[in-house]
Amino acid sequence: MRTRLRKWSLLLGAAAVLALPLTSWAQLTQFDLEKTLNAESHVGNVTGRAKDAAASYRRYCVGCHGTLGDGEGENAVWMDAPMYQKPRNFQLGVFKCRSTPTGTLPTDQDLYDAITRGFDRSNMPQWNTLSKQERADLVAWVKHFSPRWAGEKPGTPITVPPEPEVTAERIKAGRDVFARVQCWKCHGVQGMANGPSASTLTDDLGRPIAPFNFTDGSRPKCGDTDQDIYRIFMTGLDGTPMPSFADNIKPEEAWDLVFYLRTFMAQKSKEKGLAKQLALKPVDPNAPAGQQ
Amino acid sequence: MTKRKNYAVVLSAVVLVCCGALILGQKVNAAGEGKITGTVKLDGAAPHMKGIDMSKDPYCVKAHASDPAHLETYVVGADGGLENVVLYIEGWTGSAQVSTAVPVFNQKNCVYTPHVLALDTGEAFKVTTSDQTAHNIHPLPNPMNNVGWNQSQPPGAPAIEKSWKNPEVIPVQCNIHPWMHGWFVVVKGPYATTDADGKYTITGVPPGSYTVTAWQEQSGTQTQKVTVAAGASATADFTFKAK
Repeated sequence: MRTRLRKWSLLLGAAAVLALPLTSWAQLTQFDLEKTLNAESHVGNVTGRAKDAAASYRRYCVGCHGTLGDGEGENAVWMDAPMYQKPRNFQLGVFKCRSTPTGTLPTDQDLYDAITRGFDRSNMPQWNTLSKQERADLVAWVKHFSPRWAGEKPGTPITVPPEPEVTAERIKAGRDVFARVQCWKCHGVQGMANGPSASTLTDDLGRPIAPFNFTDGSRPKCGDTDQDIYRIFMTGLDGTPMPSFADNIKPEEAWDLVFYLRTFMAQKSKEKGLAKQLALKPVDPNAPAGQQ
Repeated sequence: MTKRKNYAVVLSAVVLVCCGALILGQKVNAAGEGKITGTVKLDGAAPHMKGIDMSKDPYCVKAHASDPAHLETYVVGADGGLENVVLYIEGWTGSAQVSTAVPVFNQKNCVYTPHVLALDTGEAFKVTTSDQTAHNIHPLPNPMNNVGWNQSQPPGAPAIEKSWKNPEVIPVQCNIHPWMHGWFVVVKGPYATTDADGKYTITGVPPGSYTVTAWQEQSGTQTQKVTVAAGASATADFTFKAK
């Protein structure tokens, strides 16, 4: 009899607990993740399958990104911001390097490129030694960690118009864009990452983060081609202080800005040579708008 | 034994009914809408609000030359009235409130005006800038609940129009000016924000019994039960303690 009562109260308790709406968005569990194991990715003509990536994820990625994809692998504690960025938390579904507008999910190709390219100035190496199939499977695996992919589609990639010829006029026009949208607030007037706001920047999780220094020879995190640089400031790097400038820089002007940014970079370039001939001065933050 | 069994059956019935009541909540008819009104006050003296050092950006310093900027965690008006408190109805199940004016969240003199912007889910709002310095507008929702974004607004930038899908208290910041902090308080259903005297009115409330929640950015939330009669006004006053 007593056992019966106990059984009843147990059942009731269980029912009450189950009836509670699950509003908490906290940490996902292994149980949640098993439901999305059928995630797929499409990179070119290769179809990646999450369930085929379990072994390579465990071998290559788990040490930093963790079994639950929360970026809390056993090595994560040794990576200190801002020198070393913490491993990405895949559960949040927020990614820096996208071809898609701010606030949208990246395409499979974007994730594939990130895995292939690795991240300069971070502990994420290039994984171009893995086969195409392995990388595509890992893309699907990365996607299976975040519930965002269940309810949302990736954004539409922004259009990058064909690159025009570099001219002295374009570099000068790029300098005007740099002054107008005030890139120097963080990146500094000479691109040395020493703008007035550089020292107080934090990422979305409140960890210190440094703006990109164009002058020290390092490569932009999301790729080194002119197209990559175009995309970086037009889409913004989600999760970081770097905003999207898509509303404020026209496609034509965007190329001008790319050329001007090249003049800061340590690597030799046509832009650098032209800037030297022009004897361009850094923008003057204290001059009135239009005369910087 | 049967007695015990009966007892258990009754108990389970009670639990089920309670769950049902919680879920179904306020089932009300739409006729003769009333309102909920009241005053939100701060108990005791207004806490000292620290001044803001804007020396990072000379434009911001100049804008506040005659009117020094302070934190806006507690903005206390006449008679202890507390500004920027958001009031809304807990567990609202009615249809979406149709607002005619698009709320505006402006960046002026390197602070957000208003400091707190309440919104219905799905309600469109605009982000504008009146400043001659660049801002980046960077709301930080829980990425699993709402989709965040980060857009630049240099001087003369066009307005950004956005909305939020799910209820959430979303902090918003400018990375260029780290003192700039504001809030999007996204709720379901009708809402109101207290004015400089701490007064508020939630309109468009159908008759029924409700739980009104008051949210303050530092002191948290308080609730109160009210009953709104057809076409009438119910009162719910709140008092917060500074934290």
